[in-house]
Amino acid sequence: MLHEHTLTALRDMLRRREISSTELTQHCLDRIAKHSDLNAFVTLDESGAMAAAAVADKQLASGEADLLTGVPIAHKDIFCTRGVLTTCGSKMLENFVSPYDATVVERFHQAGSVTIGKTNMDEFAMGSSNETSFFGSVKNPWDPDRVPGGSSGGSAAAVAACLVAGATGTDTGGSIRQPAAFCGLTGLKPSYGRVSRYGMIAFASSLDQGGPITRNAEDAALMLQCMAGFDPRDSTSINAPAPDMATLLGAQVRGLKLGLPKEFFDTSVDAEVLEKVRESLAVLERLGATLVDVSLPNSPAGIPCYYVIAPAEASSNLSRFDGVRFGHRSEHAEELVDLYENSRAEGFGEEVKRRILIGTYALSAGYYDAYYLKAQKIRRVIAQDFETAFEQCDVIVGPTSPTTAFPLGAKTQNPVAMYLNDIFTNTVNLAGLPGLSVPCGFDTAGLPVGLQLIGKFMDEASLLSTAHQLQQETDWHQRMPAEY
Amino acid sequence: MSISEKDVLRVAHLARIRVSSDELEDYQEGLSGILSLVEQMHDCDTDGVEPMAHPQDIQLRLREDQVTEPDQRDAMQKSAPQVDEGLYLVPRVIE
Amino acid sequence: MEFECVIGLEVHAQLMTQSKIFSGSSTAYGASANTQACAVDVGLPGVLPVMNRQAALMAATFGLAVGATVNPVSIFARKNYFYPDLPKGYQISQYEIPVVSGGSLEITTDAGSKTIRITRAHLEEDAGKSLHEDFDGMTGIDLNRAGTPLLEIVSEPDLRSPAEAVAYLKKLHTLVRTLKICDGNMQEGSFRCDANVSIRPRGETTLGTRTELKNINSFRFVERALYHEIDRQISVVETGGAIVQETRLYDPDADLTRPMRGKEEAHDYRYFPDPDLPPLVIDEADLALVRSQLPELPDARQARFVAQHELSEDDAAQLTGQSEIADYFESAVEHAQGESRLTANWINGELMSWLNKNDIGISDSPVTPAMLGQLICRIQDKTVSGKIAKQVFAALWEGENDGDVDALIQSRGLTQITDTDAIAQAVNDVIAGFPDQAEQVRAGEEKVIGFLVGQVMKATSGKANPQAVNELLKKQLLD
Repeated sequence: MLHEHTLTALRDMLRRREISSTELTQHCLDRIAKHSDLNAFVTLDESGAMAAAAVADKQLASGEADLLTGVPIAHKDIFCTRGVLTTCGSKMLENFVSPYDATVVERFHQAGSVTIGKTNMDEFAMGSSNETSFFGSVKNPWDPDRVPGGSSGGSAAAVAACLVAGATGTDTGGSIRQPAAFCGLTGLKPSYGRVSRYGMIAFASSLDQGGPITRNAEDAALMLQCMAGFDPRDSTSINAPAPDMATLLGAQVRGLKLGLPKEFFDTSVDAEVLEKVRESLAVLERLGATLVDVSLPNSPAGIPCYYVIAPAEASSNLSRFDGVRFGHRSEHAEELVDLYENSRAEGFGEEVKRRILIGTYALSAGYYDAYYLKAQKIRRVIAQDFETAFEQCDVIVGPTSPTTAFPLGAKTQNPVAMYLNDIFTNTVNLAGLPGLSVPCGFDTAGLPVGLQLIGKFMDEASLLSTAHQLQQETDWHQRMPAEY
Repeated sequence: MSISEKDVLRVAHLARIRVSSDELEDYQEGLSGILSLVEQMHDCDTDGVEPMAHPQDIQLRLREDQVTEPDQRDAMQKSAPQVDEGLYLVPRVIE
Repeated sequence: MEFECVIGLEVHAQLMTQSKIFSGSSTAYGASANTQACAVDVGLPGVLPVMNRQAALMAATFGLAVGATVNPVSIFARKNYFYPDLPKGYQISQYEIPVVSGGSLEITTDAGSKTIRITRAHLEEDAGKSLHEDFDGMTGIDLNRAGTPLLEIVSEPDLRSPAEAVAYLKKLHTLVRTLKICDGNMQEGSFRCDANVSIRPRGETTLGTRTELKNINSFRFVERALYHEIDRQISVVETGGAIVQETRLYDPDADLTRPMRGKEEAHDYRYFPDPDLPPLVIDEADLALVRSQLPELPDARQARFVAQHELSEDDAAQLTGQSEIADYFESAVEHAQGESRLTANWINGELMSWLNKNDIGISDSPVTPAMLGQLICRIQDKTVSGKIAKQVFAALWEGENDGDVDALIQSRGLTQITDTDAIAQAVNDVIAGFPDQAEQVRAGEEKVIGFLVGQVMKATSGKANPQAVNELLKKQLLD
């Protein structure tokens, strides 16, 4: 079936003109409509997509194909798209049409891809289950009673259900890797600064990073090649050219030292998850990698540290949503203070408000040192732990998430329980390192398990190459949910 | 660690989010739970550690002083809740 | 009880960059509302700031000029508060580590010279403007000004009188204009001042509770607002009250200060380092560049005018009070073949009075330095007397003879009569015409000679050389 092909395969089929972009785009749109029960998309841009597909077909016909000409992809609804709704999963931006394109969106346009629509997400990317979206929760294609993970849950569900071969996501504390793990996909959070944040609605600016969610490492490399690279509009963008696919996939697993932090293999992790992770590490060992024990002693402080820094930055980032220049404005706004307080109370959901309040508290007079400053110090300690561990290994490995996908509603009443999902992922954001989740098996309930690979700063190549070679030996990534 | 009602209201006003009296208890409980989690930070010894504000050790890149943005008012105001004569309108501000 | 006041000033100087501090929008004044507010200035979701190099260099220029430390690394922080003209809900500013630390300015008042220490100067973005005219009872927000680079210059509380505050402000005003980092236009808000004011019994060393005065945006208002506020504080204390720490507005129409209504609540700005902006680094190479482009500073120029042009301290101080006046002077002196003192007198006297009368700046003076220099030459070579020169000046101001000084003197027949025969004739006529006064002079009442000189000048339409007339009269009547 057409939709079962990978992004790279579709790209090549288009180039060989075995299929047309129009045909492929229409096929994707039909499948999205057919599987609308997943709620993976917030907005579809049917006419825009079909028009772009027609242009792509002309280019393909004249042999002017670019990196992704004619390939349909979807963007997480956190990326601003000119002329198309950008909601960030919030009532606050229910009617917001951005007048400009995010750099990432622009790069995919330039590479010739067809943007098919905007995927559902946790409101303002705050969540690990996609249940905080104003537009409703997303279902996991492997089990519609379970969450797809979050916050890039719509992108993950869309790719897992083969509605589209690749989608963008963003990852502030695990929001690409955890849904990739829950949906049996490959998800990459690049090094901080690798992918431009311009036009990506900020949650926590020092942690946010955009990246791909795809079916395999090869596709992730292709998408990263398109997304990455210096952007003068982002002062934290790293001045390094986007690496090409061959480089990203060409590193050797033989001789690679994989570090197993003892803190990632403890009893708090689901036994089946640990078992699958260890099995996949055994495969890598057979491919010539060596396993070494390392330690990240301060990682228990990661969650508390993250839940100070991320909300603190968010409390400030989300101040611009005040009902004055764009976004929701309350009907009850006689006085200025009502305009602010009511617009924000009505426009933001519970979890977003909770995080804004915690972040405001952590920065407020008398609490700054005990919370925000303390968290910034822990952040350095955590980053130093990684540096020390990388003296003994090339890539750090472990589970992406302590469990497989949990049932819808299981954790919505307990924010802290929800936060603990990020336990293995958010330290990577604190340190600004690249992290990747790759499928490594299924539990007895038939749910995918993710192996996380963490690399040195700017060393996405080791992660993608290791995942790619693992995928030459295993077929976890090729399995598809039966219903879709 | 629990947070008082007064603190919830103080912070809510700082953040300009209306918290109604029937929501207050929920917020108080939710925030207290998060604060208890966050309190675990204090088990981590950070004596003499420099705070880390940015994940990379880079310096600010500076741009040349050139006007590159033309008038885009119409585009900017397309999603604006209320404008008149090119101005964004808000309830009367008293100085 | 005798009180002394303690004043510290916070000056916001808009930097004269072409584009905004964090975006590529124009900073030009006076455009239609919101036509110079791009996505970054409006604070649209997803946008990011990118720092203007020129703004950083201008801040460094200021730092070097006041002998401050230009910090090699400074940090941008977010100052969080909600206000409709603050688009992002936070202002990007500098908090813990500003770009400039320390430095000082020398001021001179009637009480003498004094050093005023500068605490710091930091870079930040300006807010937009709230227009309170009636839009169906609403306030209109214009974001054209939002993101204009500001250098906030904070003084230590070293000022002890409104006069010192004004002297400091004028000194700073001259300096930023000389440095060409701020146009100093107070009407347009390019140079704005807030004051922190407290009083204490003379001799006391601890500081009293202070109030912050806002909206004092002319030199005249600064002085008056400060006087009013100091008087108010003294009368509060003298009647047994306590000063409340608050922000007050100066209302120039009512000529009083009143508490601000809108911003009563205690502020909690929740400053933290802006994650979108890595540390600002100004290295030795930047400083060397800035240093090499530093113009002559006002104090140095004043000293040079005294030494090189043999001016009095007062004249030199007046001329260097504005760099444009000093430039005018130097250019005029060149055209006046080095006649510096007379040139200085003419600028500080006649020219200033015409400029003030017409309420224009020296750069817009219709009498150019070349014209004035030429006129000075004609005074020097006695073509015209000083008195006639004033007529010439007035004609030049009106644009007569296209500013050609010689042609103007010619066409108006203003050339001084140096021909002694002609003067002698006029003198004899006057002696004959005023025999009583002539007799009084002969009898030793020399003061009356002035009357006769006046009559001769009148008879010659002022063109006679008064000194020659005087001498001739004395010769005729007393010898």
